[in-house]
Amino acid sequence: MRFLATLRIALRALRRNKMRSMLTALGIIIGVGAVIAMVGVGNGAKAQVEAQIASLGQNLIIVWAGNFSSGGVRGGWGSAGTLTLDDFRSMAREIPGVVAVSPETRTGAQIAAGSQNWFTQVVGESPEYFSIREWPLADGAVFTDQDVRGANKVAIIGKTVAVQLFGEDDPIGQIIRVRQVPFVVVGVLTPKGLSVMGSDQDDVIIAPYTSVMKRLLRQTTLRAINVQAESPEMLTPVQRQIEAVLREHHHIVAGKDDDFTVRNQQEIAEMATATSKIMRLLLFAIACVSLIVGGIGIMNIMLVSVTERTREIGIRMAVGARGRDILLQFLIEAITLSSLGGILGIAIGLGSAKILSVFAGWPTLISVPAVVVAFLFSAAVGVFFGFYPARKASQLDPIEALRYE
Amino acid sequence: MSAVIQFVDVHKTYHTGEVDVYAVRGVNLEIQAGEFVAIMGASGSGKSTLMNILGCLDRPTAGRYLLDGVDASQLEREQLAEIRNQKIGFVFQGFNLLARTSALENVELPLLYSRQRLATHVAAERATHALQIVGLADRADHHPSQLSGGQQQRVAIARALVNNPKLLLADEPTGNLDTRTSVEVMGVFQKLNAAGITIVMVTHELDIAQYTRRNVVMRDGCVVSDTLVAHRLNAEDELRQLDQQHQAVKLTA
Repeated sequence: MRFLATLRIALRALRRNKMRSMLTALGIIIGVGAVIAMVGVGNGAKAQVEAQIASLGQNLIIVWAGNFSSGGVRGGWGSAGTLTLDDFRSMAREIPGVVAVSPETRTGAQIAAGSQNWFTQVVGESPEYFSIREWPLADGAVFTDQDVRGANKVAIIGKTVAVQLFGEDDPIGQIIRVRQVPFVVVGVLTPKGLSVMGSDQDDVIIAPYTSVMKRLLRQTTLRAINVQAESPEMLTPVQRQIEAVLREHHHIVAGKDDDFTVRNQQEIAEMATATSKIMRLLLFAIACVSLIVGGIGIMNIMLVSVTERTREIGIRMAVGARGRDILLQFLIEAITLSSLGGILGIAIGLGSAKILSVFAGWPTLISVPAVVVAFLFSAAVGVFFGFYPARKASQLDPIEALRYE
Repeated sequence: MSAVIQFVDVHKTYHTGEVDVYAVRGVNLEIQAGEFVAIMGASGSGKSTLMNILGCLDRPTAGRYLLDGVDASQLEREQLAEIRNQKIGFVFQGFNLLARTSALENVELPLLYSRQRLATHVAAERATHALQIVGLADRADHHPSQLSGGQQQRVAIARALVNNPKLLLADEPTGNLDTRTSVEVMGVFQKLNAAGITIVMVTHELDIAQYTRRNVVMRDGCVVSDTLVAHRLNAEDELRQLDQQHQAVKLTA
């Protein structure tokens, strides 16, 4: 039996009951449409998060003091005081594949400049920090190793701080007072925007770590150490090395928990995208449910159609249609119904994603694989739920079918 | 002449519930190529069952049925479908045309299921030719609902002819038609038979049976008489007579 002729028969049968076909396909249309729109929104959000993670820098590994996953009294990230400058130096010296290392200390402080003041984070870093984070200056120059050795009172300020303290004025060379300690502004950072956690990355003052430790915090331990590996492939080996070196330095015997936490950029990205993974899972569940419901609708209507057209089936069989010709005819009808529903659903989904991004300002990203998978899935629903009615039709007895009123 | 149909001690038993129904019990029948046979009998005589077996819609419980030399009594469903397609043309009492489908497409239907695939234009040509034979070429694009009963039955005959079958089977072909149209349809059958087509027709109308060449009468599942028609009616003559009568009625009125 010719495929095209069968397709024509199927299309004609569907056209004859336009309203019914439309309502039957509606389940698939809504299901596929919702999925396409939601996938668009989800992908848009994911792309945004990924851009933020990329803004962390290249091949970054962060070592925090303290263990996030062990119990006891918890003091927040980096408050454990278990990382020292010795750890930092041995990391730079002993571990192959490390390109740059920057120790990090941090404190919140009220800053004053002239008549203005502002509360912000003061972060102590080494000059390598700016290359690790791929964070160039908009103005001025990075403090030097000399400044680090001398614990000089120099600072680089973020865009937000610059605007809050100096407005339109040029901040370079100006004095800011951090807890009454005067620092000279030597540079202004380019704006980086929001972090993965949603905080303003530009609301920051960066000074040599020695200056922050000696002049502001008066402590010798570090909050964290930023390490840049040579390449993405080196991330894991370097991470293992860091763990081994630190355990040795901290005299941690086998079986005891680490007193530090090492995370690489990929892991941080995974933490940030964990929620969107759950979202995707939910989406998938909704898609499955709606496609199954739509499929049952198709099966129902196909069963009605087979009963209605029993006589037609009898006629076709009498003039020589074999069981599989009839099977194919009804199967193609079901697949046509579900595929048309799929195509309409895709169109509606793409349209509503567009509307969402234009009117609600949500970033949406249409993925071609999602569209293809949605279409194939809707066709598969037609095969799955159309098979039983089609088989029922193909097994009719021609004599009975011809006699059917 | 070779036998198109050979029934050798054919039985058909239906097992419905606890009672067995013996619909056909031991029929021996031979129909030669070019014959025009009417199978007659009251309802329940087994003629419909016999017709179903003849048409390869059903298989005998026992006995052998040779159609055109092929034993059709042991074939599978799919093989029977192919035989129906290739060797048999059906004409039914209720016309059984596909609704909302043009006459031409109705006639093309058997070609759709035939083993050898015909190009679309070849199929259309053959269907048009079949419609010409029954004199309906000008109604090719009409739907059944736009045709009279007689015209619908002629479309059905065209559909039966389109695959050049060995055998034309008609099941009460005039049952739903008035006298004049019945005679017209019998005229089509007589013309086809004259052209060499073997026709077997089931009917319970005695006068319709008079248009055939041979009458087989069944009762209780057995053949009780098998006679040649002595005074065969000619459809054309009858039509002329009917027209004259009609004219006479008009004149007197």
